[in-house]
Amino acid sequence: MAYSDKVVDHYENPRNVGSLDKNAEDVGTGLVGAPACGDVMKLQLRINDDGIIEDAKFKTFGCGSAIASSSLVTEMVKGKSIEFAMGIENSFIAEELKLPPVKIHCSVLAEDAIKAAIADYQKKKAAKLASSEEAAK
Amino acid sequence: MSTLQGAIKMPIYLDNNATTRCDPRVVEAMMPYLTEVFGNAGSRNHAYGWAAQEGVELAREQTAAMLGADAKEIVFTSGATESDNLAVLGVARFYKDKGRHIITSNIEHKAVLDACHALEKEGFEVTYLPVDQVGMISPDQVREAIRPDTILVSIMWANNEIGTINPIAEIGAVCRDKGVLFHTDGVQGFGRVPFDAKAMNVDLVSISGHKIYGPKGIGALYVRRGRPRIRLEPMLFGGGQERGIRSGTQAVHQIVGLGKAAELSVEALSNGEAERVKGLRDRLWDELRANIDELYLNGSWEHRLPNNLNASFAYCEGEAMMMAIKELAVSSGSACTSASLEPSYVLRALGVTEDLAHTSIRFGLGRFNTDADIDFAVKLITEKVTWLREMSPLYEMVKEGIDLKTVSWTAH
Repeated sequence: MAYSDKVVDHYENPRNVGSLDKNAEDVGTGLVGAPACGDVMKLQLRINDDGIIEDAKFKTFGCGSAIASSSLVTEMVKGKSIEFAMGIENSFIAEELKLPPVKIHCSVLAEDAIKAAIADYQKKKAAKLASSEEAAK
Repeated sequence: MSTLQGAIKMPIYLDNNATTRCDPRVVEAMMPYLTEVFGNAGSRNHAYGWAAQEGVELAREQTAAMLGADAKEIVFTSGATESDNLAVLGVARFYKDKGRHIITSNIEHKAVLDACHALEKEGFEVTYLPVDQVGMISPDQVREAIRPDTILVSIMWANNEIGTINPIAEIGAVCRDKGVLFHTDGVQGFGRVPFDAKAMNVDLVSISGHKIYGPKGIGALYVRRGRPRIRLEPMLFGGGQERGIRSGTQAVHQIVGLGKAAELSVEALSNGEAERVKGLRDRLWDELRANIDELYLNGSWEHRLPNNLNASFAYCEGEAMMMAIKELAVSSGSACTSASLEPSYVLRALGVTEDLAHTSIRFGLGRFNTDADIDFAVKLITEKVTWLREMSPLYEMVKEGIDLKTVSWTAH
């Protein structure tokens, strides 16, 4: 597969590889894809009370463009708001990395990973709110 | 080659099951047939034609010798795809009044499988025997599948992806006993494992030039002579070359190249080339296994081509792996390396799970590989598997004690 220089760069020098504490209250974890399909992305976001993404880490099992897509989104969302992150569409990732048509699903997966990570964070936040309201009663 | 090598750094070639480098001695043998000896081997009235014909006939003898065959049993084709097509379609169409049932396996090369699919459209019935978990077909499976209307059995000698070698002589004996013609796709075994067409009880064998350090675009079909005579319906019509089985002006230089490559392979086999290559392959496997955990062999170890290794590097996706080890030219059964996004049908037929199929890498060693190549490959692969696993969420989860089978994945 002939990849763009950007894919090769992100693949060879992936940004923000690693893990955050998945049990921490301020960390949202998104795990998308399936081993049987050949790609699994884990994206973790640390989000402060103002809704700003302070840190982002990923681990990906998948082809070069899957790794590059996840590396790219960690760069894109760092320091940005939840709203901004929710607005990232796969077409932007695909264009930015010049993904060939057969690899578009990698960008879809990266978009799904952001949404899954934020959903996990919001679920934790809602649970925390519910338990503090419970305590206040 | 020198221009290419000068322009970019070429990786170490470990993909000899895909194709091989033309041996310089083959190129040398071919050269005159592109220059002075340019005649048409069919021109019977002048020296140019005679010289070309001499080249073709010498090559026919050299190719036959590799198969323990007679020169008259060799039909030159454009390559193994054509040989496979000609064997399957040619037999089926000629003997269709005798019966319309064909037996093959589910891991044959597409040149056989797709020819069978074409025959199904013509009203033939095809039985696709399932291979066992190492990729083998047993003689008993064949015996049980043969029916009164079976006209052909086509089972490959050795598989191109996993290198598993089938018990050809035994399958051939079953076919002979039942009076059914037996074709084998011999592309991968030819020149790598000794072969004797008579002892193997085969009627038709497909072979290719470029898998044995010869040129691309040339192959042959061995068609056994004797009683009963084997008849084939041709696919190409015209000048009646190759005894009418394969019309078309003979590609003299290519044929000469195949012949020379076959001769060199006979010589190499008797000089221990297979053992040397097997030694390299064994060392590659042993050292990788010593360095890397969760490494799984695909195919049989015992019944395997001496030059082939196919293994799954769990948690390292095949295409990412190939990018990581780009200093090595290998291939993968991963979906991401194919246009269809389907993982290898061969690995799936063996029952290799899809997640492991995605992590498979095929190494094909050959005549021009050295000990230094293996040292380099082992070091590089070990390093990169560690790197990819550090990046793999699956490896992390397994290390945390999570059973990946219990996770509800979002298939896409």
